[in-house]
Amino acid sequence: MDMPGQANRLSRWFNRKGWSDLIVGLPYVWLVVLFLVPFLIVVAMSVASRAPSAPPFAFGGDYPWINLEGYQRLFTDDLYIRAFLTSLSNAFVAMIFCLLIGYPMALGLTRVSPSARSILLMLVILPFWTSFLLRVYAWMGLMGKNSWFNHLLTDAYNLMTPASWALKSLPMMYSNFAVVLVMVYTYLPFMILPLYASLERLDPTLDEAAMDLGTRPFGVFWDVTLPQSIPGIIAGGLLVFIPAAGELVIPTLVGDAGSPMIGRVIADEFNAVRDWPMASAVSVALLVLMVVPMMVYSHYQAKAGGPK
Amino acid sequence: MNRRPLFLITVLCFGFAFFYIPILSMMVYSFNASRLATVWGGFSTKWYVSLFSNEQIGAALLLSLQIALISATFATILGTMAGIALARFQKFRGRVLFSGLVSAPLIMPEVITGISLLIFFILLGELIGWPGQRGFTTITLAHITFSMVFVTTIVQSRLIQADRSIEEAAMDLGSRPWQVLKDVTLPVIFPAILSGWLLAFTISLDDVVITAFTTGPGSTTLPLLIWSKVKLGVTPDINALASLTVLVVGIGVALAGWILNRAEKRRAADERLAYQANQ
Repeated sequence: MDMPGQANRLSRWFNRKGWSDLIVGLPYVWLVVLFLVPFLIVVAMSVASRAPSAPPFAFGGDYPWINLEGYQRLFTDDLYIRAFLTSLSNAFVAMIFCLLIGYPMALGLTRVSPSARSILLMLVILPFWTSFLLRVYAWMGLMGKNSWFNHLLTDAYNLMTPASWALKSLPMMYSNFAVVLVMVYTYLPFMILPLYASLERLDPTLDEAAMDLGTRPFGVFWDVTLPQSIPGIIAGGLLVFIPAAGELVIPTLVGDAGSPMIGRVIADEFNAVRDWPMASAVSVALLVLMVVPMMVYSHYQAKAGGPK
Repeated sequence: MNRRPLFLITVLCFGFAFFYIPILSMMVYSFNASRLATVWGGFSTKWYVSLFSNEQIGAALLLSLQIALISATFATILGTMAGIALARFQKFRGRVLFSGLVSAPLIMPEVITGISLLIFFILLGELIGWPGQRGFTTITLAHITFSMVFVTTIVQSRLIQADRSIEEAAMDLGSRPWQVLKDVTLPVIFPAILSGWLLAFTISLDDVVITAFTTGPGSTTLPLLIWSKVKLGVTPDINALASLTVLVVGIGVALAGWILNRAEKRRAADERLAYQANQ
């Protein structure tokens, strides 16, 4: 067949329905090949067996072809149970602190003048654009034994406690305290922005009406503002909780190696122990744990009219 | 009004102090003469000098920028397509799976994405002989995959907000659907596509975890280099690097904000003029 004919047919196809097929098809195929298939391989890997080969696993084996040893160890080895509990509690505490700090900040942002507001919003987003790793690193400097920040807190601690309790420096690094602190620091914008978005939409005349009817300021907040901002609280809370629970960088850099979080356990099983089936089983278990918060999140996002 | 704003303003001040004191402290200590990164030993710019003479850092930065440029561009193309598909094509086969695939990478823990891609690349290498070695290509493929969904969410929400009457008018005037998309829809959502590209570029430039799993010998991006140094503790040249990053990003974000703000104002003015002309 001659080339012009082929080109014609191609352009006819493209103009009729080819363009829409391509728009759906290309990203679809991409995500199936590079996201869904790799993920399904991990699921399959979680029931494979370890093997002394490279790569260190073997599918199949004897009937019933699956090896549930990894999942059994999840429930019997307390390393995994403790790692899950540490992750969930660290993520939960970080979420609560983000809410306690982020809510008044978001509310404050809706009360300043519009010009100051756009600058302050930019200042909230700015750390988000700088390197995540360097933000964690900034706290490593502050929490270290010899830093001015640690000295400051140590002095304050020594002032308030009896002399026999005096410390040379506070042991802040390599602890769950450090992990939660850095998580609050790095994830706070994720809390502030959805809260701000939901608080900004509120009608200020409702506040005024409640005030005119004699409600005290805190009562206005509790009865009028807070109930209306619940979608923002849920969105912000999950945007902090979900990544925090699976976090790897923060616990590796400032966390306690003795009680690792689950992300670190997965990476260690994979890289150091080279037990790929176990790493996969832990991954699948983490996702199963996360399914409920993820579904709540997408439910609220769908109600809010698509993701922001 | 009442006492509440005072309380809120106080929290705002403390909040911003919390955000910026660690960064400012890092910037101050980047001029520290002492080798001990956290003990002040006088003013010096030697860490900046050692930073600029460090070829390793230059090479890593170059690699990171190359990967970020390529992956952001492909992620923007694919992500915009997916956003258009989800916001404008009401029915197509497998839509439910597709919308799941677009939102899942957003909330998937990075470790799991990293491990699954690494296993995938290894198995693929065994199966068809490619990729023989992980590095530039595998990192770029991974970055496209996890950053394209961010572009999709931006483009999709912009399309949902967009006024569809212009598209409908073009359709009524006899444009083909493809022409409507090309000549009407795409120009309207262009700012969203641009901010999608910028976001994809930044998250590619910033990624550690997924890059660490998909990299190979000789392919050290800047975050990977920082990661390997920072794991060993606080070093003064990283302070200098961090300060420069904050400076560059700060200027960039301020500039981008100013440009977007100006474009928005001009668009609003144009719309007003068009409206007045039609009166």
